[in-house]
Amino acid sequence: MAVPLLDVQDLRKYFPVRRGLLRRGHSWIKAVDGVTFAIGAGETLGLIGESGCGKTTTAKLILLQETPTAGSIRFEGQDVAGLRGPALLAYRRAVQVVFQDPYSSLSPRMRVGDIIAEPLEIQTNLSRQAIRARVQEVLELVGLQPEMARLFPHEFSGGQRQRIAIARALAANARLLVLDEPVSALDVSIRAQIINQLEHLQQTLGVSYLFIGHDLATVAHISHRIAVMYLGQIVESADSDALCTRPQHPYTRALFAAALPDHPDDTREALVITGEVPSALNPPSGCRFHPRCPYATSRCAEEAPPLKFIDTHHQVACHLF
Amino acid sequence: MAPLLHVSDLRTYFFTFGGTRVVKAVDGVSFTLEAGETLGLVGESGCGKTTTCLSLVGLLPPAARIVGGSIRFAGEELTGKSPRELRRLRGRRIAMILQDPMASLNPLLTIARQVGEPAHFHLRLRGRPLRERVLGLLRAVRIPSPEVRCREYPHQMSGGMRQRIVGAIALAAEPQLIIADEPTTNLDVTIQAQYLNLLKEIQQQTGVALIFVTHNLGIVAKMCDKVAVMYAGKIVEQSPVRELFNAPQHPYTRALLGAMPKLGRREPLYAIPGQPPNLADPPSGCAFHPRCPEVIPRCVSESPEEVVAGNGHTARCWLVQPDVEVSRGRPSA
Repeated sequence: MAVPLLDVQDLRKYFPVRRGLLRRGHSWIKAVDGVTFAIGAGETLGLIGESGCGKTTTAKLILLQETPTAGSIRFEGQDVAGLRGPALLAYRRAVQVVFQDPYSSLSPRMRVGDIIAEPLEIQTNLSRQAIRARVQEVLELVGLQPEMARLFPHEFSGGQRQRIAIARALAANARLLVLDEPVSALDVSIRAQIINQLEHLQQTLGVSYLFIGHDLATVAHISHRIAVMYLGQIVESADSDALCTRPQHPYTRALFAAALPDHPDDTREALVITGEVPSALNPPSGCRFHPRCPYATSRCAEEAPPLKFIDTHHQVACHLF
Repeated sequence: MAPLLHVSDLRTYFFTFGGTRVVKAVDGVSFTLEAGETLGLVGESGCGKTTTCLSLVGLLPPAARIVGGSIRFAGEELTGKSPRELRRLRGRRIAMILQDPMASLNPLLTIARQVGEPAHFHLRLRGRPLRERVLGLLRAVRIPSPEVRCREYPHQMSGGMRQRIVGAIALAAEPQLIIADEPTTNLDVTIQAQYLNLLKEIQQQTGVALIFVTHNLGIVAKMCDKVAVMYAGKIVEQSPVRELFNAPQHPYTRALLGAMPKLGRREPLYAIPGQPPNLADPPSGCAFHPRCPEVIPRCVSESPEEVVAGNGHTARCWLVQPDVEVSRGRPSA
């Protein structure tokens, strides 16, 4: 891999919180605090973590919905912070998003065809006929009938709506899809349909995914690589199979221990951590996981462990390694 | 000895458009539950699992009515009871935990007030004994520093804590049965694991029976003794939990198991084609036939009866071979 499609270096996003009577003093919520990862062409990176760990903020930074406090995002080697005009438009076309809830992400007043056509109208100068043809093409691509372009979102089920959202994201030939919990709101039988569809699209189109989720089994199923986030930082990243067979960081292992079994006889390592994710406003000193970590030592409270390689593709941020 | 709960041939229909349209949300559901046992009620949205539970506690919306069948709870028939009688039963002997704790807690009342309400209403506790009881319950569900927390309001709690508060309310009057309707859907994985372990522990201590409504077979594998799989208002398969995972009989159950991503084994997922049926216009014959990979002509025209497939194991499918020995021996539970 020469230049990865997306290269994120030491990304940070701090949100100010005003405090005090006159709202003068302020402190910071460090939602994303030094995150580094890369996604290659045709690759899926799974970003996993509990609510409040910064995974959605990371997605927003990549989608340029938020400006980073520090760090860089490079797309095909080019820093996206400096993009203006047509280059910015091209980036927005190449990086698209699919949200969790297809009931709120599709406008109820627009026909499905118009929803899918909108990015094409803004991003390309295709003729009306060409746009209509492309809408039908992507509808078929995601497993819907081209005639459905005339219908409104309420005429579709949750799974079909999510297909529409994927079709919209792909309409203008996106290279990277940010999938923010795309199957969490769907029924079990429909989840498998969408996941298989996403895998199929990746194989045929070579599109890359940033798959954000909290369900370990789903993320592990679809991802090539997985990064585990905790309180704004990546604590472990590895190939999906390596992470599943040899999770190293105590937090990753706790996530695996907490994952639901797939058979009643399936016994898991009993490493159920206590407590809840602390507030990002006042993150613990040193390693942010140390107040909940069963292996914490005095060093963990003082010194933040850096992310270091323990294998060619396996990085862990923990003093144990 | 009679089981704690015996539901037989329960039918709850919704009547809309002045009774001209009938939706058979629960259409002949039967199951039993012993004290201390956990039943998983599994199915997709709209399959009737929540309506089944609401029928048990008499909290059906106005458009719905129980039109047939019986619900026997601890030897008492619940269908046909007056709202007043049901109110005395609800919270006292059957408690419910709902999916969204923010929607089931009153934002204007303190935690102490809400946790104490069932004990106040049903057990007539007042003053210091009531306060002691509230603190005990909060301790039982692992709320840190309950003396402080009980004066706070729901918005001051995290999602996991709120759901534990709802659990404390459910336990307040020492019920014999708790119905938990997708209680962990909104919780994070580690918080979910904590909550499920807590429920298990409480069950071991108190011997309360649990009905777990969920669409997640992982929760069933972790929590339940037996499982009932619902599809389009009917229980299509019912079995002890291990047997369901080892030898699923109904194609729908097999499809659900195949659609579940498994950690550490990257097998292709089985995607069930099509959509869950619309109960206002259910398919003919077996309701699963339009999505079934093993459909035969008979499925389209005739609805299959329940077949005994093993000990405590039944399925509604034309392809299931009855277990002759068991079905002759005794009627299955």
